Amino acid sequence: MPKSDKKSSDRPLRIGAVAYDPKVVTIWEGFKDYFHKRGVEIDYVLYSHYDAQVDAMLSGEIDIAWNSPLAWVRTDLATKGKCQALAMRDSDRDLTTHILVRQNSNIASVLDLKGKTIAVGASDSPQATLIPLAMLTDAGLVSGKDFEVLYHEVMFGKHGDHVGGERDAARALASGQADAACVLDSNFTVFVNEGTLDPGTTKILATTPPYDHCNFTALTGVSEKRSRPFVEVLLAMSFEDPSVRTFMELEGLNRWLPARTSGYQQLQNAVSRFKFYA
Amino acid sequence: MPEIIPKLRLDLEDLAFHQGVPVLLRRSLARMAEGELLEVHGDSSDLELHIRSWCRQSGNPYHGGGNGVGIYIIERGAVAVPLLSSGPEVAEVAEPTWALAPRGAMLEAGGPSLSFPLSRKKDVWAQELNSIHRQAVANQWSAAKDIPWQQLPKLSSEVEGAVCQIMTFLTENEFAALYIPARFLARIHPHYREVVQVLAMQIADEARHAEAFIKRAEAGGQGLGTTAASGQLSLKSLMEEADFTSAVFLLCVMGEGTFLTLLPFLERHAPDAVTAMLARLAHRDEARHVAFGVEHIRYILGLEPERRSSLAAAVERRNNVLASVTGLSPYVHDALVIYSGGGIEPSQIRHGASCVAELHRDMDRSRRERLQSLGFGAQDAETLSAYHTKNFM
Repeated sequence: MPKSDKKSSDRPLRIGAVAYDPKVVTIWEGFKDYFHKRGVEIDYVLYSHYDAQVDAMLSGEIDIAWNSPLAWVRTDLATKGKCQALAMRDSDRDLTTHILVRQNSNIASVLDLKGKTIAVGASDSPQATLIPLAMLTDAGLVSGKDFEVLYHEVMFGKHGDHVGGERDAARALASGQADAACVLDSNFTVFVNEGTLDPGTTKILATTPPYDHCNFTALTGVSEKRSRPFVEVLLAMSFEDPSVRTFMELEGLNRWLPARTSGYQQLQNAVSRFKFYA
Repeated sequence: MPEIIPKLRLDLEDLAFHQGVPVLLRRSLARMAEGELLEVHGDSSDLELHIRSWCRQSGNPYHGGGNGVGIYIIERGAVAVPLLSSGPEVAEVAEPTWALAPRGAMLEAGGPSLSFPLSRKKDVWAQELNSIHRQAVANQWSAAKDIPWQQLPKLSSEVEGAVCQIMTFLTENEFAALYIPARFLARIHPHYREVVQVLAMQIADEARHAEAFIKRAEAGGQGLGTTAASGQLSLKSLMEEADFTSAVFLLCVMGEGTFLTLLPFLERHAPDAVTAMLARLAHRDEARHVAFGVEHIRYILGLEPERRSSLAAAVERRNNVLASVTGLSPYVHDALVIYSGGGIEPSQIRHGASCVAELHRDMDRSRRERLQSLGFGAQDAETLSAYHTKNFM
């Protein structure tokens, strides 16, 4: 490839995203056009896993990353806090994870999970693995000793973005292979509606406190002059705008909100407790 | 600050979330303005957990429990998909964004555009469409059930052969009359659904006619006759007409109009009850097709009287293409003579030839009358009728 003479500040703002599904291309082509029409030139670079995206951010290859919560935590750790969260989806706020058990099970409390098998999603899924397992650890149960963990490694590296691992965990519960399953609250509804879980055959044993999910991340060094127009145009994106609504629906949001970082505490605790990035 | 007092109350009783709670939530919220509060009452298990998750996904902020057990407060969020509508009236121009939405329905903005080349009312419209369509629906018949096939007698081989040849000719024409509207149908914007429905019935009629005529040719044991090159050439020139209105004029007004004289002739001279019944039922259908053609042309000429000359030009152009065709193919002519004469005795031939000559005169007279009813002058009507293909359709 010919070397570009352009300084990094001249070229379009480069956004990293992880291709957990073919629709990611559709979404970003739509967003790119949306930004272009509003005078903000962006380009997107797709990575096959979040670690590569975080590395790219650290090396300056990309200006802004559309990060999973775990990728945010890793960036925060790697930069010792010299990064900022710019924006997030309304649907990224206050997620919870349910620990489900079968309706007819005699498991009545979290402590009854002792000696049982718990189905989770991919081992790097914040919602379906790390956060609920950390909650159990806080309750005094040690993974691998007090209970068995049944992982469902669908697309490891994509931090549980693909729903397949969680669905497999729900199936393991339904089939009796596991005694409990960790499932994102909204996916519980999906699994019942699509028939993965028969209505009335499972119940919620426990629910995590609310936590936050993805955000757009930039290193503190990225000049505000470059990131601010992006954030402004992003926050102005409206569901009422037919030209962009489809892409918002694909991305699973109703509107963009300024980011907050108060919702990552549970995940930070899990990462440190499980020495995930040690 | 949103209002403190809930705008609406929704009582879910013991309905579980997966048993349809979102249906009732969406219905209630749809009746509220942004920022207003919905007070939800319900006592199914884990209802609050489900409502909280649903609120996050749907963009309606959740305000937590209300005053009391089993009460939850939801704020109507800002998210609303803009809706648009073509309106109930028939528009002069149909927008590509209306796509396949029925006229008068609401549709979400931002859907795909579908391009229909015939998307102006003045391209396709006609008066009396509803009445024509009602008649078409009411008068559908079945080639299998409504024809007295068991009453088919054994005819002389000459007369049976004439019937079979005529059935072959009719079927060729039915195919042309099927393909021409079918070709245009997919180009018409569904906003003009009455036109689409009338043409769809027309296509179904022609398919049934083809089925019935072939069945008649086969029922007597002789089978189908011969298709003349001149007949094919005539129909080809009809099928190649690219303009909808010109095609309707050539097919429905001139061609099928001519068949309105041919089919009663075939019924009157039919050698058997089956053939007579087929001609009668086909005539009833063709009369509707002609009615559509006449009404469409009347509508177009009402808007643009100058189109009369382009329609005349289409007839003339077709006549030039068919310059090599000197007359009705001998296969069809001879069959009509034997059919109407009742056999091949000289006296029968004399009678048949006289009937066929009278048929041509009747066809010409009725074409001229129809053209004059559309506002063509007597001289023009005479010229155009004379230009019309010798192969009837």
